[in-house]
Amino acid sequence: MCLGIPGRIVAIADAANRLAVVDVAGVRRRVNVACIVDDAHPVESCVGDWVLLHVGFAMSRIDEAEAVRTLALLTELGEAELELDRMQSGS
Amino acid sequence: MKYVDEFRDPDRARVLCENIRRLVDRIGLERPLQLMEVCGGHTHSIFRYGIGNMLPKEIELVHGPGCPVCVLPMGRVDDCVALAERSEVIFTTFGDAMRVPGSRGNLLEAKARGADVRMVYSPLDALALARKHPDREIVFFGLGFETTMPSTALTVLQAERDGIDNFSLFCNHITIVPTIKAILDSPDLRLDGFLGPGHVSMIIGLEPYEFIARDYRRPIVISGFEPLDILQGIWMLLEQLAAGRCEVENQYRRIVPRAGNRQALSAIHRVFELREYFEWRGLGSIDYSGVRMRREYARFDAERKFTLPNLRIADPKACQCGEVLKGVIRPWECKVFGTACTPEMPLGALMVSSEGACAAYFNYGGIDLAEVIRRRKAGAPAGA
Ligand code: SF4
Repeated sequence: MCLGIPGRIVAIADAANRLAVVDVAGVRRRVNVACIVDDAHPVESCVGDWVLLHVGFAMSRIDEAEAVRTLALLTELGEAELELDRMQSGS
Repeated sequence: MKYVDEFRDPDRARVLCENIRRLVDRIGLERPLQLMEVCGGHTHSIFRYGIGNMLPKEIELVHGPGCPVCVLPMGRVDDCVALAERSEVIFTTFGDAMRVPGSRGNLLEAKARGADVRMVYSPLDALALARKHPDREIVFFGLGFETTMPSTALTVLQAERDGIDNFSLFCNHITIVPTIKAILDSPDLRLDGFLGPGHVSMIIGLEPYEFIARDYRRPIVISGFEPLDILQGIWMLLEQLAAGRCEVENQYRRIVPRAGNRQALSAIHRVFELREYFEWRGLGSIDYSGVRMRREYARFDAERKFTLPNLRIADPKACQCGEVLKGVIRPWECKVFGTACTPEMPLGALMVSSEGACAAYFNYGGIDLAEVIRRRKAGAPAGA
């Protein structure tokens, strides 16, 4: 929950509600990007960005190197698979 | 994997450890240095990579209260169970919280008894359930530090925008800074410095920690989660101690901006306000350490919408979670560690989540359980 997981924004789902589609190690899911957009970075400009996701919200823009490292760390800690399961479980 | 190697480089780790050794000698300690990592993510990483064993024995890492699941008091779990048992309610929660023990069992057991408890990945999933089941009341169990607070705040704001009235939040969010203050004020503890939480700081920035350096004269270094991040954070702490400095420093600049995340903070402040006090498992009541929803959002507040038992339940007698949290004893020194309390059957909350010190130590500590138990029976202190 505290470590989050990195993913890449691949599409905008609903710009008005700040929803984007993120790909996390092959798993796709809708996430909220309200915390990483502002006038300088409008929603439309986010496609292709790497982000750190916490419980369905993009909380920080990161670079690709950071994304790779974080995913490797999560895999070693045994958290990556759990987090991907959670993401897919929906409800 | 060139990106990864850089953070696992054994040569760099060795150089850092040598520098740390030199600084320890320079400081000339009369007693071990106690450094607390506040965040459960750090605890997990420290045990997983055996960082404690790489450090000079004069440095003791104290595993702080930074696992939100671990510090949830029994009474709040009982409130969750009571909410979940209402026939109109679908109770939604992160999976981590399912096995935290309450006085009437945990949420998993409530579910087995017929309560409608569902695991979700995100509060947004709970909101989607509310849209799908207009005839039911969807309650989301909000917990965590500032890292997850923006997500529940934004979900409540979304519910308001969409006019969704059958969604509410059972708010158990806690805030890290008053907790560090309470630890600093605790008489039975002598900490020399802090490794600050990486992802909480990504939201709140560095300013809230200033009082630690200014009023308590302790250094704090915000750190990342890679083994080299943690070693570097410890090295930066020792540099400060050796030079007699007390400052807030940022090892994790690549993620943590000095001012935090403006959008996230504004969502938090819109929806939440500080509670006068909040109860922590093992630590008791801490002033201003939790948040509740502002009155404007009362209709999304499960505490106002439903009547809850709201009782204070004492931890089981055998539990020594509080002492472990404050660093007074180490996990394996608890009388029930590995016997009455294991990750499969946790008695205390520190055994529930992989970020809890006891579970981390149980899984990765390389302990000889039989030896610990033998020594405990013989009345000798269980050594490391
Ligand atoms: S062993 Fe169990 S009861 Fe003892 S401190 Fe750890 S979690 Fe708490």
